[in-house]
Amino acid sequence: MSELRQEAEAMAEQFSDHLEVDPAEIESRLENLVDEYRVPLEEARRSVTNSYLDDAGLDRDELAPGGATRVQVADIDEDEQWVDLRVTLVDLWEPRSDSIAQVGLLGDESGTIKFVAFETSDLPALSEGQSYALSNVVTDEYEGRYSVKLNRTTQITELDESIEVGDDADTVEGALVDIQSGSGLIKRCPEDDCTRVLQNGRCSEHGQVDGTFDLRIKGVLDDGETVTEVIFDREATEQLTGTTLEEAKDLAMDALDTTVVAEEMADDVLGRYYRVTGPTFGRYVLVDEFEEPGPVDVESALIEARSI
Amino acid sequence: MSGSAPTREVARRVFANEFNDAGYTFKESDDERAPVYLLLPTGASANRVFFVGTLTERDDVGEDSEYWRGRIVDPTGTFFVYAGQYQPEAASTLRALEPPAYVAVVGKPRTYETDDGEVRVSVRPESITTVDAAVRDRWVAETARQTIDRVAAFDDDGNEYARMADEQYALDPATYKRASLSALEDLDETDELAAGGSHATDPPDATDAPDPTAD
Repeated sequence: MSELRQEAEAMAEQFSDHLEVDPAEIESRLENLVDEYRVPLEEARRSVTNSYLDDAGLDRDELAPGGATRVQVADIDEDEQWVDLRVTLVDLWEPRSDSIAQVGLLGDESGTIKFVAFETSDLPALSEGQSYALSNVVTDEYEGRYSVKLNRTTQITELDESIEVGDDADTVEGALVDIQSGSGLIKRCPEDDCTRVLQNGRCSEHGQVDGTFDLRIKGVLDDGETVTEVIFDREATEQLTGTTLEEAKDLAMDALDTTVVAEEMADDVLGRYYRVTGPTFGRYVLVDEFEEPGPVDVESALIEARSI
Repeated sequence: MSGSAPTREVARRVFANEFNDAGYTFKESDDERAPVYLLLPTGASANRVFFVGTLTERDDVGEDSEYWRGRIVDPTGTFFVYAGQYQPEAASTLRALEPPAYVAVVGKPRTYETDDGEVRVSVRPESITTVDAAVRDRWVAETARQTIDRVAAFDDDGNEYARMADEQYALDPATYKRASLSALEDLDETDELAAGGSHATDPPDATDAPDPTAD
């Protein structure tokens, strides 16, 4: 196959969702520009693409880019990359906004990643537990956390095989040596799809808002050699401290001060050993599960120590 | 409740006997605000420590304002912690505590020179919390292990802190290995006693401490 023919086939493929284009026609138009008018191939490609975009009434970014690469979700570490995935839909979450059709968690052998599909993309709904080949999804990044966005050009193919979802959870063990600011009873921005923690009643994005209360602990686990920052969400915090969100609100109300909540929690958890498991997002391990390691096995510790 | 920083200093595990033998501090850079490290005799730098022991005494030794001193005992010796107005949470914990009690302490090493030129080492606590015997036992086992690991690596090529310790202290690191092993052996014995139905997982100097883990 000639270079132009190859180029033409790839371009026809890009348009296949929108236009019935004959690769031979593309080839002859490219040929005309390249051979007759001595236009560089790149420029010829651009010019032909634009004329088809006009025909289809499409924007360039709605067009499937050539050469989205097939990746595993754990390899995604760059913003705005076009990728192909073979994944299982692990979990669907409640969309926080009307503009979102579906939001949830996709997974493959390497781990899991959040996905969003927008109403405007008009895609078929995905169902939990089903495996799919998704081509042309775009990566996105927010505060070091990656996700993928499905879009109008995303092709969704149900797979007969089942893609196994790997465990990307980390387990960390150590003494809880610090509770960081922003722990305890906090307020979050109530705006759609914004969960930012308010500072003095202000959201960094939406300004002064009436926040909704939440509980969390941002802590530091230290095993004497490394430190790991961990976040206990509301559920984990309630479990860890035995204080529910309602009780925390009452505590704060009685003291006319929300900081008492974190102080009380500190008394209960600082200086204790924990083993936590959960996915890593940026600097933090998000605690899915935790336990206090039981009594130490002194005998085997002694045997090991003597052997060093 | 300090702010977070990606370069947070690790909290070293060190027994009281080794901690109190230290006294040499240094910085890794010329920056005025660079962290200060205490050089441990087994060849490690410590900007922060974590330890668990029995609070046996706490006194307000302040003259104008409250200044609390706590003695916290581990199997090898005694840590001294000092908390004043700049450590309000730790100070109020010390004020409220009734010794003996198991406490976990996160803090920064501090050195001071006495009038007769002796360097004393103490801890300025970031937090003090009461814990149970299981936490204490875990800390003893963990600290024994990490101390022994440091001693084992003492003669490794390129162990610069060990070379520094050699130069500054000229102490035999084997001392700390022996102390660590005997701390573990004590734990093992009290374990056996406890298994025999006796209420005795406490060190000899803390026989009255409550032991919430004993059945």
